[in-house]
Amino acid sequence: MSLIQETDFGTPKSKSETMVTLTIDGNQITVPEGTSIMRAAMEAGTQIPKLCATDMVDAFGSCRLCLVEIEGRAGTPASCTTPAMNGLVVHTQSDRLKKLRKGVMELYISDHPLDCLTCAANGDCELQDMAGAVGLRDVRYGYEGENHVFAKAHGCENDNWMPKDESNPYFTYDPSKCIVCSRCVRACEEVQGTFALTISGRGFDSRVSPGMNESFLGSECVSCGACVQACPTATLTEKSVIEIGQPEHSVVTTCAYCGVGCAFKAEMRGEEVVRMVPWKDGKANRGHSCVKGRFAWGYTTHKERILKPMIRERIEDPWQEVSWNEAFNFAAAKFKGIQQKYGRDAVGGITSSRCTNEETYLVQKLIRGGFGNNNVDTCARVCHSPTGYGLSQTFGTSAGTQDFDSVEDTDVVLIIGANPASAHPVFASRLKKRLRQGAKLIVVDPRRTEMVESPHVKALHLPLMPGTNVAVLTALAHVIVTEGLVDEAFVRERCDWSEFEDWAAFVADPKHSPEATAIMTGVDPKALREAARIYATGGNGAIYYGLGVTEHSQGSTTVIAIANLAMVTGNIGRPGVGVNPLRGQNNVQGSCDMGSFPHELPGYRHIAGDAVREQFEAMWNVKLNNEPGLRIPNMFDAAIEGTFMGLYVQGEDILQSDPNTKHVVAALSAMECVIVHDLFLNETANYAHVFLPGSTFLEKDGTFTNAERRIQRVRKVMTPLNGYADWEVTIMLGKAMGFEMNYSHPSEIMDEIAALTPTFAGVSYARLDELGSVQWPCNEKAPEGTPVMHIGGFVRGKGKFIITEYIATDERTGPRYPLLLTTGRILSQYNVGAQTRRTENVVWHAEDRLEIHPHDAEQRGVRNGDWVRLASRAGETTLRAEITDRVAPGVVYTTFHHPDTQANVITTDFSDWATNCPEYKVTAVQISPSNGPSDWQKAYDEQARHSRRIAPVVEAAE
Amino acid sequence: MSSSPDKLVYMANQIGKFFHSQGRDRAVQGISEHIWKFWDPRMRKQIFAHLDAGGAGLDPDVLDALQKLKQQA
Repeated sequence: MSLIQETDFGTPKSKSETMVTLTIDGNQITVPEGTSIMRAAMEAGTQIPKLCATDMVDAFGSCRLCLVEIEGRAGTPASCTTPAMNGLVVHTQSDRLKKLRKGVMELYISDHPLDCLTCAANGDCELQDMAGAVGLRDVRYGYEGENHVFAKAHGCENDNWMPKDESNPYFTYDPSKCIVCSRCVRACEEVQGTFALTISGRGFDSRVSPGMNESFLGSECVSCGACVQACPTATLTEKSVIEIGQPEHSVVTTCAYCGVGCAFKAEMRGEEVVRMVPWKDGKANRGHSCVKGRFAWGYTTHKERILKPMIRERIEDPWQEVSWNEAFNFAAAKFKGIQQKYGRDAVGGITSSRCTNEETYLVQKLIRGGFGNNNVDTCARVCHSPTGYGLSQTFGTSAGTQDFDSVEDTDVVLIIGANPASAHPVFASRLKKRLRQGAKLIVVDPRRTEMVESPHVKALHLPLMPGTNVAVLTALAHVIVTEGLVDEAFVRERCDWSEFEDWAAFVADPKHSPEATAIMTGVDPKALREAARIYATGGNGAIYYGLGVTEHSQGSTTVIAIANLAMVTGNIGRPGVGVNPLRGQNNVQGSCDMGSFPHELPGYRHIAGDAVREQFEAMWNVKLNNEPGLRIPNMFDAAIEGTFMGLYVQGEDILQSDPNTKHVVAALSAMECVIVHDLFLNETANYAHVFLPGSTFLEKDGTFTNAERRIQRVRKVMTPLNGYADWEVTIMLGKAMGFEMNYSHPSEIMDEIAALTPTFAGVSYARLDELGSVQWPCNEKAPEGTPVMHIGGFVRGKGKFIITEYIATDERTGPRYPLLLTTGRILSQYNVGAQTRRTENVVWHAEDRLEIHPHDAEQRGVRNGDWVRLASRAGETTLRAEITDRVAPGVVYTTFHHPDTQANVITTDFSDWATNCPEYKVTAVQISPSNGPSDWQKAYDEQARHSRRIAPVVEAAE
Repeated sequence: MSSSPDKLVYMANQIGKFFHSQGRDRAVQGISEHIWKFWDPRMRKQIFAHLDAGGAGLDPDVLDALQKLKQQA
């Protein structure tokens, strides 16, 4: 193994299809029009010296090192800013060029510390490389002149010198090493889109400045790492590199945080991760990253990780560390006992959307084949299950229709109930880039999210009341239909015309007009009409949506309404358009694909279908139950009722993430055996009897499938600290229960998946290694996968319009609970925070806060930062208030990353009509000033601390 | 929504409300199909038991759909 060296072509790739031919150093080269001479030379293998150019950002032409000579042209143009043209004859090396470059380097080096041996960039410094490339041997100017290098000059303070900024937990900024190439500034603008950095001052006073000469941490910087990656010197350097040194080998793998699925190079020294660097060939992220994937991997070696299996008879007992075998036998005996006593259907399991496809597949196989029932579900139940239902009803398949590259061809972006800047940041950066190029943005969200207003982006915002999505979307459809904006040719060709007519008559009813529904939705009818017109007529229209759509009583109806909108405007079946659910977790798409739902086998095929089930029975050599099993909320109800008594939970913290915590506590407490298979003693483990230590994404092989249906490899870079990868643990647990599964490597599991699942038929590890990644369906018809779905026709045949009647949720405000609470995520934390809370990311978000409008706050005597009591019909908690007009009057908002807040104590049992996806996004609440933690929080904390005790190991007497 | 039949009745009516706008025949078909596809047998058994006990609280479309489903079972 060696360090993967990615070629830096100096300037971005041109998308032109017109080709031009030029001669560089005597060689003819043909490149797309718009390619720089620098890039053309690099494609032919000639590296022209450069400092300010890098192919992640546009050419800038400031360093004057990449000069070339062009026959027939005067002077020495910069090759980064000079486009290749037909017939050019270019020379990259001449006496004049050598002299000029050496002169430029002399100036750079005269103001640069010469501590190369002890510098963190030693071995990875472009300045050093260029000094070598131009043959710099001497600096005629000396080092004593005016400089930015030394704190003191000639015995006095050097006003030009600035100390290191170490405020960011993950990287340092050392201004004394800066060459002001502005690559960091441009990366922040062009790649990330945050515009946190600038060059302040002019000439010799030019400095890289976060915000208005603030610290990195104090500025708008979101710590995505793009600047660090772009820096050619040690000016911006990962603290881990400073501490450990340069990596010696690297392995390409996939991030284990959100559904964007960024590809990273894990840069290693032995089995120690030195840094994670986004991989430019990663098709989801194209070389970009966010603070989580890039930096927040410290949890993998956190001291709180549990590395030994543990068991206990009762949850009141302390944990006993035992051998793996003892743990498996204990668990197997408990589960068998439960099945004997309460029946075969009294146990089940939850697959993890954080684990690999292979691991998820094995857990559902164990449940269906080993437990003999279909009581398997996954966290998608509580996030995107309505997407599965809604899109399969209308289009015929449940997945998103596009790849992320599609956004580059989009003219109008409609974001509904999603905040990609926080939850899918790398996609948000790609989206913002397109918006800065002129695409229009409409945001439907109760809150003024970071997407609504960001540098050079101003969205048309429809701030609706939580719970009125269907009314708003139907009103959009009303405008499209009644104003004659329907793409009739598309609808006639691709959709069922009579269903369309029924639907069109329904939405055209004046009671669905923006004016008539405004009283419920709170949305300005004029703005809504404008949004409808822009989406229907503005060119390629793409819808991106998130949990603000699905996590409602009418989640599935909203997804259907979205599909209707895309069909009626013909925005389906080509690049730039589509319906794109932004998936929450790294492998939530995969866990759904792998048959994690109780009614479906892998590949979304109903368990009652004899032909498909028989294939699985033959392969697994076991008879399968043909009845759908329990969904997560149904499991809880059945547990309280006494018919569901054992649960195996892999990589999911249901106690913290599921709604109505008290109900979940009651259900878990009622069960006789809960097996938690996780990295940490999470909240669910407080009610568990068996703890099986889990492994991280760095410790195993497998695949994740991201929100674009892209299957990407996860590669093992270190030995599991706990001893076994999760797939191995599931196999051993199965064996203890008498269900044999034999695989020596996850690739064999994928082969079985491919053999049983038509949409995965062409997937294998060899194929993934060859192509880098592949989007399902991948089979004979599409051997390289399917970036865009429904081209030329829908998967189900004709697109199906379905009527979407708005039905208000039964969670209503009233005198006791007059405000509506909605919930969401923040950039630096991930989901229940089990991982990110165990990293330095807590500096950005150490606690959940309640956002409340100044009007509502004043009425209640709440000041910024005050502790407030947040109460709903389900429960109450306390947290601190943040007064902001991002939320409308009547609406409050919080995140759910911290167990000591337990935002889900507040959320209720209401759920989506079709899938039982909980209604997290609407809870009627009241706010009042508070002195501190609620009784519930105190009791919860007490129970958690009691439950987490681990008994000391008693040494056996000799 | 404390006891189980109440919750199942609520869930079934929720399904019914979605299909209601499609007209009675399609609604009855849609509701019964949905419950058959997504409810585990113990949930169906409980709602059938409730149906046999008079089906209090069930909306008319839902009542018909469950009767239809029960006959097929």
